[in-house]
Amino acid sequence: MNKLLLCLLLITSTAQATTIPVAASDVAQSWDGIYWFLVYLSLVFFVGIVAAMIIFAVKYRSGVYKKPKYIHGNTPLEIIWTVIPTILLFVCFGWGWQVYKEMIHAPSDSMEVRVIGKQWLWQFVYKNGTSSVGDLFVPVNKPVKLIMSSEDVLHAFFIPNFRVKKDVVPGMYSNVWFEAKVPGIHQVYCTEYCGTSHSGMLARLIVLSEAQWKDWLSGKKIDVDALPADPTFPGFRANRLGEGMHDAQAGTQAGGQLSLADKGKALVSSKGCVACHSADGSKLVGPSYKGLYGREEKVVEGGKTVSVNVDDNYLRESIENPLAKVVEGYPPSMPPYKGLVNEEELAAIIEYIKSLK
Amino acid sequence: MSHSASAHGDNYLNHSHGLKSWLLTLDHKRIGLMYLFVILGMFLLGGLFALGVRLELFSPGMQYLTMDQYNRFFTYHGAIMVFMVIIPLIPAAIGNFILPMQIGAKDVAFPRWNLVSFYVYILGATIASSTLFLKGVDTGWTFYAPYSIKTGSSATLVLLGAFIMGFSSILTGLNFIVTIHKLRAPGLTWDRLPLFLWALYATSIIQVLATPVLAITLLLLVLERVIGIGIFDPTLGGDPVLFQHFFWFYSHPAVYIMVLPAMGVISDVIPAFSRKPVFGYKAIAAATFGIALVSFVVWGHHMFVSGQSDFANFVFSFLTMLVAVPTGVKVFSWLGTMYKGSLRFDTPMLYAMGFLFVFTIGGLTGVFLAVVSVDVHLTATYFVVAHFHYVMVGGTLLAFLAGLHYWFPKFSGKMYSEGPARLASWMIMVGFNVTFFPQFILGVLGMPRRYADYLPQLTTLNRISTMGSWILGLGFLVVAWNLARGLKSGRASGPNPWGALTLEWMTASPPPHENFLVEPVVTDGPYEYRGEKALMGDNA
Repeated sequence: MNKLLLCLLLITSTAQATTIPVAASDVAQSWDGIYWFLVYLSLVFFVGIVAAMIIFAVKYRSGVYKKPKYIHGNTPLEIIWTVIPTILLFVCFGWGWQVYKEMIHAPSDSMEVRVIGKQWLWQFVYKNGTSSVGDLFVPVNKPVKLIMSSEDVLHAFFIPNFRVKKDVVPGMYSNVWFEAKVPGIHQVYCTEYCGTSHSGMLARLIVLSEAQWKDWLSGKKIDVDALPADPTFPGFRANRLGEGMHDAQAGTQAGGQLSLADKGKALVSSKGCVACHSADGSKLVGPSYKGLYGREEKVVEGGKTVSVNVDDNYLRESIENPLAKVVEGYPPSMPPYKGLVNEEELAAIIEYIKSLK
Repeated sequence: MSHSASAHGDNYLNHSHGLKSWLLTLDHKRIGLMYLFVILGMFLLGGLFALGVRLELFSPGMQYLTMDQYNRFFTYHGAIMVFMVIIPLIPAAIGNFILPMQIGAKDVAFPRWNLVSFYVYILGATIASSTLFLKGVDTGWTFYAPYSIKTGSSATLVLLGAFIMGFSSILTGLNFIVTIHKLRAPGLTWDRLPLFLWALYATSIIQVLATPVLAITLLLLVLERVIGIGIFDPTLGGDPVLFQHFFWFYSHPAVYIMVLPAMGVISDVIPAFSRKPVFGYKAIAAATFGIALVSFVVWGHHMFVSGQSDFANFVFSFLTMLVAVPTGVKVFSWLGTMYKGSLRFDTPMLYAMGFLFVFTIGGLTGVFLAVVSVDVHLTATYFVVAHFHYVMVGGTLLAFLAGLHYWFPKFSGKMYSEGPARLASWMIMVGFNVTFFPQFILGVLGMPRRYADYLPQLTTLNRISTMGSWILGLGFLVVAWNLARGLKSGRASGPNPWGALTLEWMTASPPPHENFLVEPVVTDGPYEYRGEKALMGDNA
C-alpha cells in the first residue's frame, strides 16, 4: 500500500513538473494553485464517470443480467447531482476570480514599458528612449507593466512562464503586468493569428539583475547567450524570432539621446500642439497638459456631459479623434491627428503629458 | 403511387427513378440522404486539410507547405468543418430523415422549403469552396477583423458563402419547429416526444434566433472589405473588438447547434441498447432547453483577453459556469440509464459509450476555460484546440457515427457487418485520443494555436498527435468501406433490428414513400423498454 502511494506521488509530481511551464512569478504560482485544483477535481469526476460506465458494462451486460430494472429516475439523486456540481462550479468561479484580480492589478510602482506589435515583430520602448526589437529586458523582482498597442492587425502578448496574456489591439492600449522572480530568458509568443508569419512573431523576455539591467539601459551590450535558458525547457534556447528572421539585437537602439518624454516634448512643438496646449497650467485654446494625466475630467460626449478618467486610452483618443470627447468649457476645434502620428510618436507624446505632474 | 403498391415492396428508394427524381424530390428522406452525401463529401475535404495540417506539424520548421499555404489549410479545415459539416450534419442529414418519422408524419411541414434549404446550402458551399481555385482564404474560420479586412485572399467570397448557408440553417430550423408543433401523430404528447426531437427542437430555436446575427455580421464585414464602412476597421474609426462580440453572439450558440443534436442521438441510443427507460426524461429535456437558453448569454468567454472590461469578464465567467450544470445532469442521466439495464454492445452503443468517455473530458476541460484566470493562460493555445475537438469531434462526430450506424438499417433496409464496424469504432476512439490528448499538454506548455511552425522542444508531443491523426483517418476509411459494403450487399435488416420503440421503427425499413401506411397512434412514452429482448438476437 505504501509503495502504491509512493508510486502515485512520483507519477503526480513528475506530471506536475513536465506538463506545465515554470511558474516564474507569484501570480503564476497562484495560477498553478487553481489549475491543479481543477485538474484533480476533473480527475475525480472523470474517473468516477468512466468507472461507473465500465462497471455497469461488465455487471449489466445482457448475457448475464437479463431482467433490467424498470425505473424512470430518482428525484433525490437527480437533485444531488444538480446541486453538488453547482456548488463546486461556484467555488471554481470564485477562486478563479481571486487569481484574476491578482493578474490585472499592477502595483502602482510598476516600471512601464511600451510595446508595439506589428506584422511580425515586437518592439519595446523604454522611458529613457531606448527601443529594442524582439528582446524585452527587465530587472528581476520589479513589477513591470506593459502598455501595448498594434500598428496593423490584432496580436496578443503571451508569456507562458508568467501565465499572462492580452490581446494587442490597433487603436487602443491594453496592459499586462508581471514581476519576474526567475532571472534568465523566458519565451514570448504572439497568440492572436496575424497572418503569414504569425508563428514567427516570437520574442524573448530577458530578466536581468538590477545592476545588469541598468548597464543594458545605458547602452552596454549584454551577452544574452550566456544567460540561463528558458527554465521550462532547460535544454533548449528560447527563440527570439522565427527562422530566417533578422538578428534582433541589431534592432536595439540604446538610450543616450532623448528620453521618451523628451521626444514627446519635441513632438508637441513640431506638430504644432503647443499653440493651443500649455505645459504650465495656463489656459489656452485647449486644456493645459500640466496635471492632466490621471485627473477626472468632465467631457461632452455626443451632447451629454460625462466624467472620464484621463488615462492612456483617453489621451490616445483625444489625439487621434479629439471631437469624440471634448473637455467641458473648451471649443470643439482641434483637428484629428489620426494618421499624422505613428505608434511610437503617440507613446512619446503620452509619456510627455504623463511627466507633467 | 397508391397505398397498395407500398404494401408490395414499394419504398422511398424505388418509389420513383432517375436522377431528376432525386434532385427535385420533396421527400424529406431523400433530401436527408442528399444532405448526408454532400456533407460527407465536405467532411472528406475538411479532413484532408486537417491531415495536411498535422503532417506539416510532424516536425518543426516548414517541410511540405509554405506558411501562407499552412494558414489556408487550417482556415479551410475550420471553415469547412464548422459551417459545412458539423452544423448541418445531424439536423439536416439525420434530422431531416428521422424527425418526421419519429412524430409519425408523412413529411416536414414545408417540403418545398426543405428542398430550397438544401439548394441554398449547395449554393453557399459552392461559392465558399470556389475560393479553393482562386486566392484561397487565410483568415481562420473566425474572420477576426482587422486582419480579415486587410488580407488579400478571397475572404469576401467565403463570407458570402457562409452568409448564404445561414439561410439554409434558418429555413431548416423553422421547418422543424413548425413540423414538431403541427404534425405529431395522435397521442404523441409533448411528454412522449423522443429526446432526439427535444434536442432538434431546441437546436432549431437557436438556429432561427442566432443565425441572423451571424448573417448581419458577415455582411458588415463584406461591406467593410468592399467599400470600407468603418465599423470594424480601426483606421476608419471602427472597433475590431465589436466584431468579436457580434461573431461570438452567434458562434457560441452555434456550438450548441452542433452539440445538442448529438446529445439527442445519445439519449435515443442508450435506452435502446440498455433495454430500459431513459433515466430522468424530464431532466434531460429540461437540461436541453437550459443549455440552449444559457448559450445566448455566455459569448464573452471567448473574449477574456480581448480587451473587454473586467466587469464583463466577471459576468461571462459566472454565467458560463451555468452551462456545466445541465451538461452534467445529462451525463449522469445517461449513466443512470445504463444502471441495471440489460446492456448490448452493438456498434451504436459502442459509439455512445465512446461519446460519454470523450465528451466528459471535453466538458470538464470547458470548466478550465470558463474560469477567467485559468483561461488567460490557456486561451488561444492548443489547450483550446484540444478542448473543442473533444466536444466537436469526440462529442458531435461520435454521436453522429452512433446515429449513422443506428439508423443505417432504417435508411437502407440493410445491415452493415458488425465486426469491421466495431473495429472501426475502436480505431476512431484510439486515434482520436492519441491525436488530441497531447494537445492539452502542448497548450498548457504554451504552444499557441494557428502556428505553422513551433519550437523544437515541443516536437515529441506534436509527433504523437500527428500519428494519432493517421489512425483516426484510417478508422474513418474503415467506416466508409464497411457501410458502402453494407449498402451493396448487406443482409436485410427487417423493419426494426434493434427492437427500438420510437415511431420511426414502427414501419418498414426502408420506409415507404409516405412513411406509414396507416397513421400511427401513440399510447406510451418513447423509451418504455421493459427488458424484452432485442429483435436481432443476443450477441453481447
